[in-house]
Amino acid sequence: MDYLFTDEQKMIKELAHKIAEEKVRPAAAKYDISEEYPWDVIKVIAESDLFGLFIPEEYGGMGVNITNLCLATEELSRACGGIAVCYAASALGTFPIVLFGNEEQKKKYLPDLASGKKVAAFGITEPEAGSDASAIKTTARKEGDYYILNGLKHFITNGGDAETYTVIAMTNKDKGARGASAFIVEKGTPGFTFGKKEDKFGIRASSTRELIFTDCKIPAKNLLAKEGMGFIVTMRTFDMSRPGVAAQALGIAQGALELAAKYAKQRQQFGKSISSFQGIQWMLADMATEVEAARALVYSCARAIDAGAKDVSRESAMAKMYASDVAMKVTVDALQIFGGYGYMKDYPIEKYVRDAKITQIYEGTNQIQRNIIGLQLVRDAGKV
Amino acid sequence: MNIIVCIKQVPETTEVRINPETNTLIREGVKSIINPFDMYAIEESVRLKERFGGKITIVTMGPPQADAALREAISMGADEGVLVCDRAFAGSDTWATSYTLAGAIKKIGTFDLVICGKQASDGDTAQVGPGIATHLNIPQVTYVKKVEEATDKSMRVERMLEEGFEIIETPLPALLTVVKEINEPRIPSLKGLLRAKSSKITMWGQKELGLDPQKIGLCGSPTQVVKIFTPPQRVGGQILKGEIPEIAAQIVELVRSEVN
Repeated sequence: MDYLFTDEQKMIKELAHKIAEEKVRPAAAKYDISEEYPWDVIKVIAESDLFGLFIPEEYGGMGVNITNLCLATEELSRACGGIAVCYAASALGTFPIVLFGNEEQKKKYLPDLASGKKVAAFGITEPEAGSDASAIKTTARKEGDYYILNGLKHFITNGGDAETYTVIAMTNKDKGARGASAFIVEKGTPGFTFGKKEDKFGIRASSTRELIFTDCKIPAKNLLAKEGMGFIVTMRTFDMSRPGVAAQALGIAQGALELAAKYAKQRQQFGKSISSFQGIQWMLADMATEVEAARALVYSCARAIDAGAKDVSRESAMAKMYASDVAMKVTVDALQIFGGYGYMKDYPIEKYVRDAKITQIYEGTNQIQRNIIGLQLVRDAGKV
Repeated sequence: MNIIVCIKQVPETTEVRINPETNTLIREGVKSIINPFDMYAIEESVRLKERFGGKITIVTMGPPQADAALREAISMGADEGVLVCDRAFAGSDTWATSYTLAGAIKKIGTFDLVICGKQASDGDTAQVGPGIATHLNIPQVTYVKKVEEATDKSMRVERMLEEGFEIIETPLPALLTVVKEINEPRIPSLKGLLRAKSSKITMWGQKELGLDPQKIGLCGSPTQVVKIFTPPQRVGGQILKGEIPEIAAQIVELVRSEVN
């Protein structure tokens, strides 16, 4: 389908496609096994200016444009969901600064994130605070010109490898959700260390670690927006970043579909290509239709954000939920087309199934996305 | 360091098909790309610019669509593109091509270095680079795999030979042809692509270059293509088995039967 992208957007898509085919795909299996951070590929992505796609031009970026970010993320994810999330998670960690940073904070942090010299990470999740983000226990106590952070964040993508962290901590426990605040924390700050690196089912090229704050003293000027704005920062950030997760899921689904169609053509059984069987063709047709429907949702949501639509929580949740459910279904079906070979690690398809699963879980489980959509429907129904 | 890189747009295929009647390449339906060897030349020029500063001008001779090749080179970090394009240049062989490109380089004016890929993937002659150096009357170093040192007056490079390598120092200006071992061409940046899109490409024809009409195009090309054919595929050899004296006896027998 022609999505009528601009010349610049087509250029971004082609560039990301080239990087994906020449640099990401050949490295995918290696990093899936080693679980090392793919710095060499990140460097190529950085040198191609793709980290600039979520940063304003005045701070060295290419301008904030969610459609552009989704195009790049989709293409990179087609080749490897793990390497792509290293990139996308930097956008997630950067959005709080782009959306709520003051001039001084933007000038200090954004240029290095735009050039990809540094990557970012976002820290909200804690062992006891997953879907219930308001249950976070990490605290930030103000002392003069400093805040003292104490607590533990876990499952933090890019944790340990990122240089710039945006972290949500409680500044006033009595106020509940309104007592949370957002901070910028630099790697290397005394009292800020990293816990174990998680051994994951999928997206193994990306790093996932605990962030440990032990009397970690950060300058008060690292507070984003105002005290008590932590959850607003988080919600606005997720509204911007969810289409990116959706694009990641979309890319994984598209990549799996392409591999399955190619394999079906090559694979001979009963004296002919299995792609000549209606059973296989119908599977491929359903997969392709669902992928296209997900794509339409992802890009219409991204475009709405770029056009300045005010309330995008519902659309953003729909895109993330639908695209990730499609990714899960399509990758499993793609593996089915590969048959027994698909179950073996010698073939690339089983990795797509593993990489797809996380997209239904992180940045809000798909059940939480349904809550967001459902709640808004019920609210709107009450208005009539 | 001011560098000129000569590139060629070629069909993207390793299996070039030839029209048996006209003995020309079948270009229909084949995407055009920059000759892969020229990508190393472009990359090396960008690396030298990063080390020493200066300006990179890309020159190509070809039809108007070769504009795309120049823009791709600009997206990788070159500064300007010159398209040498004129019906009068059509049918040029390697001699006329190198004469014409040398004419364009003279018109560009001052330069320290000319870099070419070692050969084009379609013609495979490896003659145009050396031809340009001859027409410009400057030193040439072919099959360069590494630039060791450079000053504004000289350059020390490693040449790749079939057995080992050779280190050569040449005064500048000079012409290098480079092999694929020299570097890994970069993927362009988005900023580079945007710059390439809006760059103005200079177009020069015979009118601008004012070359000797007897030395350009088909009439300036002494090469005569008599016949083009695909060499017959080599058939598999024969493996002799057994102890050494037995094999020796078999060889003697084989030679004898061949002689008879």
